Amino acid sequence: MAEPFTMFRSRIVPIAAENVDTDQIVPARYLKVTTKEGLADALFRDWRFEEDGSLKEPRFVLDQPGMAGRQILLVGDNFGAGSSREHAPWALAAWGVRAIISTSYADIFRGNSLKNGLLPIVVDPATHERLRDLVANDPEAELTVDLSEQGILLPDGSTIDFDIDPFSKHMMLAGTDELGYLLTKEPELEAWEAAHPPRIDSLAGAR
Amino acid sequence: MTEPRTIVSKIWDDHVVTQDPGAPAVLAVDLHLVHEVTSPQAFTGLRQRGLRVRRPGQTVATADHSIPTTPRDLPILDEMAAAQVRQLEDNCAEFGIPLHGIGSPSQGIVHVIGPQLGLTQPGMTIVCGDSHTSTHGAFGALAFGIGTSEVEMVLATQTLLQRDPKTYEVRVDGRLAPGVSAKDIILNLISRIGVGGGTGHVFEYRGDAIRALTMEQRMTICNMSIEGGARAGLIAPDDTTFEYLHGRRHAPQGAAWDAAVAGWRSLPSDDGAAFDKSITIDANVLEPMVTYGTNPGMGIPITSRVPSPVDQADPAQRRALEHALEYMDLQPGQAILGQKVDVVFVGSCTNGRISDLRLAASVLKDRHVAAGVRLMVVPGSDEVKREAEQEGLSEIFKAAGAEWREAGCSMCIAMNGDQLQPGQYAVSTSNRNFEGRQGKGGRTFLASPLTAAASAISGVVTDPRTLPGIEALAAVGGR
Repeated sequence: MAEPFTMFRSRIVPIAAENVDTDQIVPARYLKVTTKEGLADALFRDWRFEEDGSLKEPRFVLDQPGMAGRQILLVGDNFGAGSSREHAPWALAAWGVRAIISTSYADIFRGNSLKNGLLPIVVDPATHERLRDLVANDPEAELTVDLSEQGILLPDGSTIDFDIDPFSKHMMLAGTDELGYLLTKEPELEAWEAAHPPRIDSLAGAR
Repeated sequence: MTEPRTIVSKIWDDHVVTQDPGAPAVLAVDLHLVHEVTSPQAFTGLRQRGLRVRRPGQTVATADHSIPTTPRDLPILDEMAAAQVRQLEDNCAEFGIPLHGIGSPSQGIVHVIGPQLGLTQPGMTIVCGDSHTSTHGAFGALAFGIGTSEVEMVLATQTLLQRDPKTYEVRVDGRLAPGVSAKDIILNLISRIGVGGGTGHVFEYRGDAIRALTMEQRMTICNMSIEGGARAGLIAPDDTTFEYLHGRRHAPQGAAWDAAVAGWRSLPSDDGAAFDKSITIDANVLEPMVTYGTNPGMGIPITSRVPSPVDQADPAQRRALEHALEYMDLQPGQAILGQKVDVVFVGSCTNGRISDLRLAASVLKDRHVAAGVRLMVVPGSDEVKREAEQEGLSEIFKAAGAEWREAGCSMCIAMNGDQLQPGQYAVSTSNRNFEGRQGKGGRTFLASPLTAAASAISGVVTDPRTLPGIEALAAVGGR
């Protein structure tokens, strides 16, 4: 269960690539875990590490000086493409990421992120370029992410507004998960089930 | 007169349990497929909350992703994979979920066994913690991949919170030429719209070229909807669907069958139903497709040349292409035909069904894999394996020098030890050519079973249409 999402300020990790797929975010060989923990070192594994576990040179952006502790990723279009593995947001959160800024996300990745206290912010291409320029000119620039006001505060005092559906926002701010909400729908569910018998019985003929 | 509806709207409307203002709909799930990789944390969550599995009879589990494809009487050597499989077995036993596990005659890739067992039926909502759940859309079901948090929700409530999806009509008219198959249709679509083209949408594949496809070919197309960015893709059910389904283990029987078919006939999109987006593909001019880059949208007709970064107007596209060609070690403007191949992989939830193996075998019969090429043939399920052995396909594969393996996801996701070595090139019938997808540093060309088998024989990327007797070969698939 996620913690309530609070306002925070952080410098930015820029990753320019578009269509970054979940096999890059967490390679499949790290999916043999049976818990959600310990995936920080699996994050972008093959972009960061050599076979022997040493850091690649030149270093991937995450491992460059001053990047540790940053909580905002600025990434290219269609981030999180590919598989449904929730290990991707687990690994991002384990490394310390709390918000991602892109022009779009793959559907399943976006949904998985929202369920793990990881805010996928969508901005238009012009705003995205403005933020890229900001980081390029001042790698130490800090942004303040305010979900309740749906705004990103820039160092010059200006604000970028972003959209998020009211339900996801409500859930993230409260730190409530969707299962908790669904469990409150028991009466409606019982009524629906009474009127809709199961279409299959997978237990029929089972050993 | 009610407004014309798409099949997606009809299935959606049939499954909304309730919806609060401003909230997503609570959507009922008819069938939940479970596997070892994306479920352990969900079961842990149930235990922490003291919850049961609400509908074990609408849940089915198998082990497919992390299991070896070596003989079943050998142990799983990878301790983590073994623990994961053991945990699935324990979870299924504890929560009363039927498991088609290792050693079961109905074990296999989750998206192969669902249809095989007759669990996948028209009009259903089907989910699984796997993005290729879109496969089941071939039956006119609304089927999509979910994350592990959602797996937990479905286990606990047999529902999910979902937003009404947008619809994307993919019309494929005309007739495929010999040597061109379903895989080429879907790779062509993705090369046109890109890997994010279908984001937020459900594809509905329509048109006479789609209607002419067998169920297994339809599954190949729906399978890769996610590679076009769409969580789901479906095809309205018709007589081909009903014929495939009739008599399968979990299909309705007797009077219930007739009633079910009558209902299913009302599912196709109404005339005049509106789609949010639309694209048309002319099947008559399609060639075999092959990918050259590091996402499934980087595909070209097999006789074309690798595109050049300098021709890309968009800087981001140019960078992406430069990066991809560097990873693939390919030159801009080079022909893809004749590119050397180290490994050929025939299998996966995309192309690991019996008709796919028949196509590959039709090419490999009385031929031999080129020197230095490793050909792995991995059946999509234990049943596919038995069928292939009964039909003598396995003997054809072995005589051609191929490895004939046990069922599983294998080198499609390469988490079970079946993988490329760094720098190796593979022609693969699977669905993803991402960096490292088939093994760290491995390079993947996605293609059809015919193209894969033809390439295995010659040791280079090969156009299956250049094989003698291609007209007869292409007719082999069936089903």
